[in-house]
Amino acid sequence: MNAQRADVIIVGGGIMGASAAFFLRKRGVSVILLERGLIGQQASGVNFGNVRRQGRYIDQLPLANRSREIWLKLKELIGEDAEFMLSGHLRVGYRPEHEERMAKYAQDSQPYGLGLQMISGRALRERFPFLGPEVTAGSYAPHDGHANPRLAAPAIGRAAARLGAQVFENTEIVNIEKDGEDFRVTAADGRIFRAPVALITAGAWANRISTSFGEPVPLQAKGPQMCVTEPVPYAIPPVMGVASEKMEEGIYFRQVARGNIVIGGCAREAVDLDKRRAYVNPKNTLLQFTQLPRVIPALKGLSIIRVWSGIESYLQDDRPVIGPSSRVPGLYYAFGFNGEGFQLGPGVGDVMAELIHTGATSTPIEQYHIARFSRLAVNAA
Amino acid sequence: MSQRFVRLAETGRPRVRIVIDGHGAEAFKGDTLMVAVLSHARELRESEFGDGKRAGFCLMGACQDCWVWMADGERLRACTTVVAEGMHIVTKQPEAAWANLA
Amino acid sequence: MGQPRVIIIGAGPSGVRCAETLVAAGLRPTVVDEGRRDGGQIYRRQPDNFTRPYAKLYGTEAGKAQSLHESFDALRGKIDYLPETLAWNIADRKVHVMRDRQTRALPYDALVICSGATDRLMPVKGWHYAGTYSLGASQIALKAQACAIGRQVVFMGTGPLLYLVASQYVKAGADVVAVLDTSPFMRRVAALPKLLARPAVLRNGFALVAELKREGVQVLTGVTPLEIKGSPETGVQGVVIRDSSGNERAFECDAVGMGYHLRPETQLADLARCAFRFDHETRQWLPEVGEDGRTSVPGVYLAGDGMKVLGADGAEIGGRLAAMAVLKDFKLPVAEHELQRLREEQARMDRFRRGLVQAFPWPAQQAAQLPDDALVCRCEAITAGELRRTVCDMGAQEANRAKALCRVGMGRCQGRYCANAGAEVIAHAAGIPVEQVGRLRGQAPVKPLSIAAQEEVE
Repeated sequence: MNAQRADVIIVGGGIMGASAAFFLRKRGVSVILLERGLIGQQASGVNFGNVRRQGRYIDQLPLANRSREIWLKLKELIGEDAEFMLSGHLRVGYRPEHEERMAKYAQDSQPYGLGLQMISGRALRERFPFLGPEVTAGSYAPHDGHANPRLAAPAIGRAAARLGAQVFENTEIVNIEKDGEDFRVTAADGRIFRAPVALITAGAWANRISTSFGEPVPLQAKGPQMCVTEPVPYAIPPVMGVASEKMEEGIYFRQVARGNIVIGGCAREAVDLDKRRAYVNPKNTLLQFTQLPRVIPALKGLSIIRVWSGIESYLQDDRPVIGPSSRVPGLYYAFGFNGEGFQLGPGVGDVMAELIHTGATSTPIEQYHIARFSRLAVNAA
Repeated sequence: MSQRFVRLAETGRPRVRIVIDGHGAEAFKGDTLMVAVLSHARELRESEFGDGKRAGFCLMGACQDCWVWMADGERLRACTTVVAEGMHIVTKQPEAAWANLA
Repeated sequence: MGQPRVIIIGAGPSGVRCAETLVAAGLRPTVVDEGRRDGGQIYRRQPDNFTRPYAKLYGTEAGKAQSLHESFDALRGKIDYLPETLAWNIADRKVHVMRDRQTRALPYDALVICSGATDRLMPVKGWHYAGTYSLGASQIALKAQACAIGRQVVFMGTGPLLYLVASQYVKAGADVVAVLDTSPFMRRVAALPKLLARPAVLRNGFALVAELKREGVQVLTGVTPLEIKGSPETGVQGVVIRDSSGNERAFECDAVGMGYHLRPETQLADLARCAFRFDHETRQWLPEVGEDGRTSVPGVYLAGDGMKVLGADGAEIGGRLAAMAVLKDFKLPVAEHELQRLREEQARMDRFRRGLVQAFPWPAQQAAQLPDDALVCRCEAITAGELRRTVCDMGAQEANRAKALCRVGMGRCQGRYCANAGAEVIAHAAGIPVEQVGRLRGQAPVKPLSIAAQEEVE
C-alpha cells in the first residue's frame, strides 16, 4: 500500500500536537497530524481553561512565558483568539500558611516577570469586594488569564491545515515502529504514514507508545471534576484559585465573558482509558459546592447546569515529558502535563518545532527529558 | 396593555402582595411566581445575550427560561415557585452587583 | 430473597400505575417527583384552593384524571413519597435527589424512570420573543393557573395537542385567532388505518376540529411557518406563514402556542447508562427498550412518555407493565394473563401512535429553510447561521462537536428544545443523514442544581 509521507508525523491531535503542527509548518517543515477522534477532543477540550503562570513550578516558567507570548498574539497568528482574556489570576488563602506559601512563591518567581502582587486585609476587600470573610490573603497575577479550551486546539488545528499540514482525524493508530530511516505508522484502516521524525503528543495514551519503544513512564490518567453555572452578569474578572495544601480545599473557577462560571478542583477520579470514559462523582460536585462560597459567598445563589470530566495524564514527579527519546533517534515526546498543560500548549508546540527543525531549543526543557524515568525502568526490570 | 397572561377564572382567591421592580402588585394565593408577575408585566427578565425580554416558555420546569432575579440576589424558577407574600422580583439584569451581595 | 428496593421517578400516569401495581404485590416503592402534586403534566392537578371541577379541567378525560388522582391518594400511606424532589443524577445504582437544597443518595435494586415528555419544537424566526410558549405551556397556564398565555393567541405546529389546547382555550373564553397546522390534511387520511386502532380517541379528535370551526376559529393545514413577528421590548406581535396554496398570510396576536407533538425526557435514562438507538420514524434518539420497559441496563426500566410517547392511556399501561417486569425479574409472582392483556393494549396504543406520527409528522425540512438569523438555541441565542458555520467553516458534522464550537445545546435547558432541530440543521448543512449527526452527550444535573445544595446529614 502506498504510504503518505512527510518530514514529521505527529501522533495525537490535542493542543500540543496541533500547536506543533502549526509551528512546524511556519518553519516550512511538512507535517502529518494523526488524531484518533477530532482535534482537541480529549484533555485539551475538557480542561479548566486556565492560561496562567502563577503557581507553576519555577522550572516551568520560561516555557510558560514563551507560551504566554504566543497566546497574546494568537489572533494575529491563527485568526482567532479562542476567547483568550488577560483577566488576571487571583490565588487566595484562608490561613497564615497559605499566605506564607504565596509570598514565598512571589519571591521565588520574581526573575520571571509574573508581576505578582501580595494583597491582604482591607486592600484585598476593596479591590475584590466579592471575597468572603474567610479569605485572608491573596496573590494577584495581573498578566495571567484564561481561554476557551473547546475552541483553542481545534482553531490551532485548522490554522495548521490552512498552512498545509495534512490533518487526519478519525484515524486511530494501531502501530508505530522504526522501519529503517523512517517511522512507519499504521492506522486501523490499514493506511500507512511514514516520516523520518515522529512526535508523540498522545496524552494519556502516550505511555503505551513510549513503552513500545522501551521507554515506559509512570503515568496515571485521572479525570478532572468540572462543572459550570448558568450565565450571570460579568462580575468576577480574575481566574480564582485557593492556595491550600489540602486537595479538597483546592477549588478553582473562572467567569467567562458570556457570564457562565466554569468550576473545577477539589478531587480527581479514576478513568477508563480503553473506553475513553471519565465520569464526575456526584460527591465531588457537592464538595465543590462547600468550597465555592468560602471564596465568594454570593455563588451560593447560583445553579450549575452541567458537569463533565475527561482524561488528563499525571506523571509521578508532577512534570511533563518533553524532548527527544532517550533510545530512538528521530523520536520526540510532549505529553503528561499533569492537568496544567493548556497554557503551555502553544509554547510546547513552538519549542518542539524549534527542536525538531534546528536540533536545539532556547527554552530550558532538559528537566523534562524522558530519560529521567529510565532508572525506574531499569529498577523495575 | 401592561400584562401578558389573562386570567380566565379562579379570581376569588385570597390576595398576595408582591413587588415587581419596586412597584407593588397583587397576585392570588396559589399563583405561580410566573403568573403573579405576568399578570402585571409583559416579561420576567432580559435575555443575557441581547435578544430582548423573556417571559418563560414551557411552564413545566423544563426549558429553564423563567429563572428570575429577586431583589435580595436569590434566583428562582418562576413557573415552579409558588408566589409568597412580599416577594420582590427584579426583571432587569442586576449587573455585577450580584456578586457583592452576601 | 428480600424485597427489592424500588425507586420510581415521576408521579404522572405511568409512575402512579407502576407504584399501584408494586404496592398490590406487597412492595413499598419510593416515588420521587419534582412537582408539588402528583398527576404529571396531562393530568396536572390545580392548586388546592382552585375550584374548577374535573369536567372543566380535563374534558373527555375527566374520569381518567380523577381515577388517577384518587388512586395515588390511596397509595399515600403505602409508598415513600418524595414530592418537590428533583432526581438530578444517577450513579453507582443510586438516585441522587435534592429537596429544599438538601441532597440524598437513594440506593435501589430496581429503578423505574417515568420522566414523561416535553413538547418537541422546531424553531421559527422570532420564536424567542416574549409571548412564545410551547403548546404544553399554553395548556398548563389554563389547566393549572386558569390563565391564557395572551389576549389574542395563535396556535401553531402539529399533532393532536394543537387542536386540544386550542379547543380548551375557546371553551374557557380565550381569544384564539387561528390554529395553524404544518401537516397537510391528506396525511391524516393516509394515517386513518392506524388511527382506527383507537376509534374513540379518533372520534374525539374529529369533534375537536369541528368545534373549533363552529366557533369561527381559522384552522389551516399544510402551512409553513415563516416568522413570529415581534420586538425585543414588547414581544410577540404576529405570525406569518405560507398557506397550503403558497400564499403568505399574517395573523396579529400577542401570544403564540407552538409545538410538534412530544419528545421523551431521556436524561435520566442516559445517566443510568441505558443504550439509545435512532428511531427513523420520528427522527430522534430514544432509549433502547425491550419487553415491558426493560432497558439495556439490568434493574433499570422505563415507562410512559419518557420511554416512548404513547399518551396518557399508554403511559398507565406502561407503568403497570414495568412494575410487572420488576416483579418478574425479582422472582415475584405476576398474573400472566394480565401481563398479556396489557401488552396487547400497549400494542394497540403503539399502532395509534404510529398513525399520529404519520398524520402529524415532525417537519424536519423546516430546519433547512430556517433563515440564518433565526435562533436555533433559545438559551444561548445561537442562530442557524452560526450553527451552519460550524459545519461549513469548522468541519463539525456531529452534534457534540458543533455544540463545543458554537454553543447550541450548551444552555440551561441542555438541548431539550434545540437538539432535535439542531441535528436537522447540521445534517442538512453537512449533507449527511440526521442519524449520523449523533446525539448530545448527557450529563448531570438533569436540571439546574443550586450551589447552596448540601448533603443531608443523616
